[in-house]
Amino acid sequence: MNDNQLLLKVRDLKTYFFLEEGTVHAIDGADFDIRRGEAVGVVGESGCGKSVTGQSILRIVPNPGEVVEGEITFYRYEKRDDGTEVQEVVDLTALDPRGDEIRSIRGGEISMVFQEPMTSLSPVHTMGQQIMEAIILHQKVDEDEARRRAIEMLRRVGMPQPESTVDSYPHQLSGGMRQRGMIAMALSCSPSLLIADEPTTALDVTTEAQILQLMRDLQQDLGMAIMFITHDLGVIAEMTSRVVVMYMGKVVEGADVDTLFYDPKHPYTRALLNSIPRLGHDKSERLESIKGVVPDPYNLPPGCPFHPRCASFMPGVCNVEEVPNFVIEPGHTARCFLYAD
Amino acid sequence: MKAYIARRFLYMILLLVMASMVSFIVITLPPGDYLTSYIMRLKAQGQDVGLDEELALRRQYGLDQPYYIQYFKWASQMLRGNMGRSFEFNRPVWDVIQPRLGMTILVAGVSLIFTYVMAIPIGIYSAVRQYSIGDYVFTVIGFAGVSIPNFLLALVVMVFAYRTFGTSIGGLFSIEYVDAPWSLAKIQDLIKHLPVPIIVIGLSGTAWLIRTMRATLLDELHKPYVQTARAKGLKEGKLLAKYPIRVALNPIASTVGWALPGLFSGQTIISIVLDLPTIGPILLRSLMTEDMFLAASTLFISTALTLVGTLISDMLLVWLDPRIQYT
Ligand SMILES: Nc1ncnc2c1ncn2[C@@H]1O[C@H](COP(=O)(O)OP(=O)(O)OP(=O)(O)O)[C@@H](O)[C@H]1O
Ligand SMILES: [Mg+2]
Repeated sequence: MNDNQLLLKVRDLKTYFFLEEGTVHAIDGADFDIRRGEAVGVVGESGCGKSVTGQSILRIVPNPGEVVEGEITFYRYEKRDDGTEVQEVVDLTALDPRGDEIRSIRGGEISMVFQEPMTSLSPVHTMGQQIMEAIILHQKVDEDEARRRAIEMLRRVGMPQPESTVDSYPHQLSGGMRQRGMIAMALSCSPSLLIADEPTTALDVTTEAQILQLMRDLQQDLGMAIMFITHDLGVIAEMTSRVVVMYMGKVVEGADVDTLFYDPKHPYTRALLNSIPRLGHDKSERLESIKGVVPDPYNLPPGCPFHPRCASFMPGVCNVEEVPNFVIEPGHTARCFLYAD
Repeated sequence: MKAYIARRFLYMILLLVMASMVSFIVITLPPGDYLTSYIMRLKAQGQDVGLDEELALRRQYGLDQPYYIQYFKWASQMLRGNMGRSFEFNRPVWDVIQPRLGMTILVAGVSLIFTYVMAIPIGIYSAVRQYSIGDYVFTVIGFAGVSIPNFLLALVVMVFAYRTFGTSIGGLFSIEYVDAPWSLAKIQDLIKHLPVPIIVIGLSGTAWLIRTMRATLLDELHKPYVQTARAKGLKEGKLLAKYPIRVALNPIASTVGWALPGLFSGQTIISIVLDLPTIGPILLRSLMTEDMFLAASTLFISTALTLVGTLISDMLLVWLDPRIQYT
């Protein structure tokens, strides 16, 4: 497997919600790549469109939301009997969101772990029933075999007594155990991409550390790519090798982890990094919070959505023109006129 | 689970005892008793009833004793399956009620089934296709159904039927079958007569249940677990049936029992308007004539049927929803 092989390419993605009060531009220009086996972090403040990005990839954006523009290219790799691999290219935005093709990708090749382990599992089905359903849907196995695999998967994610928890209902399990169950379900069909939408936000710190460790191990064992959605830069540093920063539905900067932390370019990324405490800094030094407020999603300012809060605001430029993506160096992009050449 | 059912059964028996007391107290509340109103009617017809005669009658009926003794007499008879005598019909209460009880349960049962069979699919449709034309149409019908009093609807339907078909649609049987023994033809006749009372009795419940089903399902449709199921790659229809509809049906199916009191009371009025042979008209009549054992027994039976229905629906809930503990 070649590390540089593309798995997912997102270009100029736009997903809007058409509400009575107006149109919410939940995603308004997202560009990023995910390579095979790679862990990519997606960070940004609450409401910037991280979850909707995940939903757009799977084409499960809830009503009245719609992917209105852009491309999501998914590269499928299939092993032939003679050992060679064939590549197939699918544009996910072109698929019927209820059609067979996207449904075979959902849960089979791209799966998702959600933010809320408490409410993301059906309250009236056992853990086993919910995992087996995914297995039977995507693999040609009978019920007994599916159950065996579900138990095996639960064991793999560190669920205590998988033989009995397989028959437990979610309300009988702790938050951490439910999230392990969710992960088992998501990984049960060996997807090539796992979208993890803040999988540890609802958990306590100890459980969070265990789940993160587990996901790292599984990623290595199974060789899958992870799109790790979070607002926690610490988790990003720990879990991912590349990062995408989102602000108001736009990907404002993309770089590998080290570059992003040590040489951030976009003023928003800089502000975001300044707002987290760092080891080695003087404790008396005040943390800066980002000044200004997040703009009203129904009335986005023209130009760069960050300009009303930006320290390097250039009047007549930033508040006028739509900002394109500028390449700073290969693998490092920023949506900011400071880097126009 | 067994302990839960046993406990629920005990509660039910306790409630039944209380219901019997309340039924009895309700009957004794109005001033006077059966004899006062009976003698008044006799006097109105020009007959003279002396004080001695009245006292003798009073003793004969046991009405000279305090209420609590009357109650215990009645209650101990009830335990032996004897509901006492109806003053007015001068027959055992059971003989008066029994032929009507079957019809009561039939009409209530079919109304209940009608309500659920109509309301659940319509509610599901309205939620899944929220704000569609169909949803609006059902919403309008639903509001009409909730707000039109059902006796008014009964009158309107009767007038309408009389004008168009020239027949009276009251009752559950055509005249020639009323006293006829059961036969296939009689059953067919019954089936022909059922729809109007069923619709009239069931409409407001149906309308209410459509709103509840729609609201509950709309709530569930946006829960994260539905998205989880969608992210697995399930077909949309199968997914809806297996997850949100299944969850939304739990409270609906298990509150079947709550619909019973409404059905019984609605049925009483409708039975009078539409002249149905149920226990409703008997209850009204016995209350007016202060025929105490008949009235108390009829009230008690209605309450008992409601309690049994509630017990069944509570067990349904436990069976349907694993989150509910049987404690
Ligand atoms: N079902 C929906 N209906 C209407 N608007 C929605 C819906 N889902 C998301 N949005 C809007 O889309 C925008 C992005 O939401 P999203 O859930 O992607 O945020 P997020 O980055 O995941 O935030 P968080 O960190 O809080 O999870 C928000 O402005 C939100 O109001
Ligand atoms: Mg989110």
